[in-house]
Amino acid sequence: MSTAPTPTREKRPPARHVVARVDEIAPGASKLVHVEGRDIAVFNVAGEFMAIANRCPHEGADLCKGKLVSLFESDEPGVVKQSRHGELVRCPWHGWEFDLRSGKSWCDPARTRVKSYDVAVEHGARLVEGTYRAEIFKISVDDEYVVLEL
Amino acid sequence: MARFETAGAIDCDVHPPTPRRADLLPYLDDYWQEIVTSREVDVLELMGYPERTRPYMRPDWTWSGDPLTQMQKNLLDPLGLEGAILNVVSGAHALFDPYLAAAICRATNDWLADKWLSRDSRLRASMLVPFQNVEAAVEEIERRADDKRFVQILTLAMTELPLGRRTYWPIYEAAEKHDLPIGIHAGSNFRHAPSHSGFHSFLIEDHVVQPQGFSTQVASLISEGVFVKYPKLKAVMIESGVTWMPALMWRMSKDWRGTRIEVPWVKDAPADIIRRHIRMTSQPFDGPDDVEDVAKTLDHLLSDDMLLFSSDYPHWHFEGLDVLPEGLPEARVNKILRDNVLATYPRFGG
Amino acid sequence: METPVLERSQEKAQTQGVVDCDVHPAFSRPDQLLDYLPERWKTHVRDYAVRTANPLFGTLPYPRMTPGNGMRRDSWPPNGGPPASDLTFLREQLLDQCNIDYGILQPLAAGSMAFNQELGAALCAALNDWQIDKFAGPEPRLKASICISQEDAKESVAEIDRRVTDRRFVQIAMPPRTLEPCGRRRYWPIYEAAEHYGLPIGLHTSAFGYRPNTPSGWSSFYLEEHYAASNSLQTVLSSMILEGVFEQFPKLKIVLVEGGFSWLPSLVWRLDREWKRMRDEVPHVKRKPSEYVRENFWYTTQPIEEPENNRHLLDILRWIGTDRLMFSTDYPHWDFDDPRFAFKVPLTPAERSAIFRDNAVELFGLK
Repeated sequence: MSTAPTPTREKRPPARHVVARVDEIAPGASKLVHVEGRDIAVFNVAGEFMAIANRCPHEGADLCKGKLVSLFESDEPGVVKQSRHGELVRCPWHGWEFDLRSGKSWCDPARTRVKSYDVAVEHGARLVEGTYRAEIFKISVDDEYVVLEL
Repeated sequence: MARFETAGAIDCDVHPPTPRRADLLPYLDDYWQEIVTSREVDVLELMGYPERTRPYMRPDWTWSGDPLTQMQKNLLDPLGLEGAILNVVSGAHALFDPYLAAAICRATNDWLADKWLSRDSRLRASMLVPFQNVEAAVEEIERRADDKRFVQILTLAMTELPLGRRTYWPIYEAAEKHDLPIGIHAGSNFRHAPSHSGFHSFLIEDHVVQPQGFSTQVASLISEGVFVKYPKLKAVMIESGVTWMPALMWRMSKDWRGTRIEVPWVKDAPADIIRRHIRMTSQPFDGPDDVEDVAKTLDHLLSDDMLLFSSDYPHWHFEGLDVLPEGLPEARVNKILRDNVLATYPRFGG
Repeated sequence: METPVLERSQEKAQTQGVVDCDVHPAFSRPDQLLDYLPERWKTHVRDYAVRTANPLFGTLPYPRMTPGNGMRRDSWPPNGGPPASDLTFLREQLLDQCNIDYGILQPLAAGSMAFNQELGAALCAALNDWQIDKFAGPEPRLKASICISQEDAKESVAEIDRRVTDRRFVQIAMPPRTLEPCGRRRYWPIYEAAEHYGLPIGLHTSAFGYRPNTPSGWSSFYLEEHYAASNSLQTVLSSMILEGVFEQFPKLKIVLVEGGFSWLPSLVWRLDREWKRMRDEVPHVKRKPSEYVRENFWYTTQPIEEPENNRHLLDILRWIGTDRLMFSTDYPHWDFDDPRFAFKVPLTPAERSAIFRDNAVELFGLK
């Protein structure tokens, strides 16, 4: 069976949004941002920024108000191991844990997940030249910014 | 004509009369003979499972002659059963003296082997072990492990401590090693009141609240990590009713998502653990009036493996030979009558 | 966590407002209730504390999963104080955001469980004054519960008599983990008064009681405790029916609060089966237990059960009847149910209206 060659088309380039100045979100803290009509929770995990859709798929709580936690696991009652330091958010209501990198919930990764977004830190000097949208900020060439890709 | 053909079925809950002192004396050594005689340890019947009362004896069955003959005539022969598991719900569970409890358990097991198992090859039995004395319990399991006619360990729905507690783990280790499920049978040793508000005025209330005992035992076994530690172990809820289980599964699975860091060894949703490790006997069933709805209550389990056939002989739950509740889907009945039983009790084949 | 937050767009649960049958008001400071106690008891509490069956002072033996003994993490008022202690924020976060027309207050302080029964009665009276003063007075959407020290039935009836003319009280609040099964005659004077005034009695699950939380003693974990709490509501139902309470008080209305509801059909089938066999043990129970269940009991929905197959909940709703269920949030606790998202199954507009509003409006006489 032969398939007609698909014309190579450029993907629509992702829009990049400047959503915060780096020093606005302290390690372990979060910020709720609105980008293209979406509510997105941006977290600072020990200096690395991560972003997921803000609304918990369970009952709609704001994940940006959740606590950043590590992954605690155990193979033996009473013996607990820790990994993924601060890379999960625990929902502020029912305590469901979501992996900030994948958006998947720990307890039901196949069915219960939120969208995760790519986040980068860019220097102000580069941003002034690039094709970024910075609705909220006056970009200063001396600062660093959290840039979210959508 | 019975509702369902039961020939070849295996009945997972059949009660011989609880042995009295005279029955047990031949199986006690001199010291324990002296103790039970001088101190008048005779009838060991639980107030939390009063077999002398009317609901425990179906009136139209034969009550004269040898109890085994009665059981054969009332149940085993007419239903064409291939096997039946004897459960002695003994007052030994309520004794405080850990050594006396051990002696009564041992003697009861010997009596079961001698007076019941050796007289009808269809019979199997649950082993009594003293949960008050874990070392002696393990010793009894080891001592009797080679006798494959003992197919499970028996305890109660309402016990001194929740059954998941680490105190009991050596019993579970031995049980798992010898393919013995833990049978949790209706009844209380009255270490605690059956309800949050104390003891009840009426026996009917004790009956009604039994699922509270069963559900909290299941919650304990899961939360403490018993099935993580002993992954081959199964627990059978006997004379528990059936339809209470989905509500427990739903609620525990929901709560687990938010509380799992308290018990991180619980790695799967409790409903999944329940489907793997928990079984229930079919009588009583506690189904809806509308028989159309009976199948729905089973659908809620999302498993065909959990239900095991039982008559709860000689208790009065059913009329004639209609031992299974009306409305069970035909396709499930064979699994209930036999396949699920054999999968749960690996020792049954011998 | 201090985070700048932008409000997301508000969704309304339905055009009609919701009735929330389980809202927990809190003290703005730990000793706030003392302001409402007479001098004699104020001194007593300061000198001897309030002694209850909780083995720990001021904290729970099964620590909750979130701070504040198990609060929603986003429920601390911006102006300070514990969750649900600040009326302004409670209005904003609960009543306005969730479109709640009426919220029934369920105070959880220790009045009903105090060992010293005279003190317990004084604490209940103080709780009743406090609810009106801080919540139901200034905010007409909030309705109060008459807290009673149920182990002293005479005093409980006196408190009910004192409050009943104040229409801001819409029910009597009593804990389900009573000293004796709550169908016993020692509690009947309370039921007589409740029936006489047409006031429902709400029995809200409680975190500790006089007896272990399982019939096999105390569980080890909060995961078990949280489930076991709903068992006390099952005992309320079976004890009241089998002691003949509803033969004596046929118009008595009982609300079982914060136990979920999916356990109910199985319990009722079991009750009917046992009664059929053993009714001569309880000749005072003239009718099938399920008939009393249909006439005398209501249930709040939270924490709603979430079957793996959502549609299984529809069977439960059909077996119970949507005329007996009343929505509740349990605000500000961690296991809060949001009226916009809690039901994962399709409901007809009539069912929705019944569960979220009409059943409670009718039961509590809200309009």
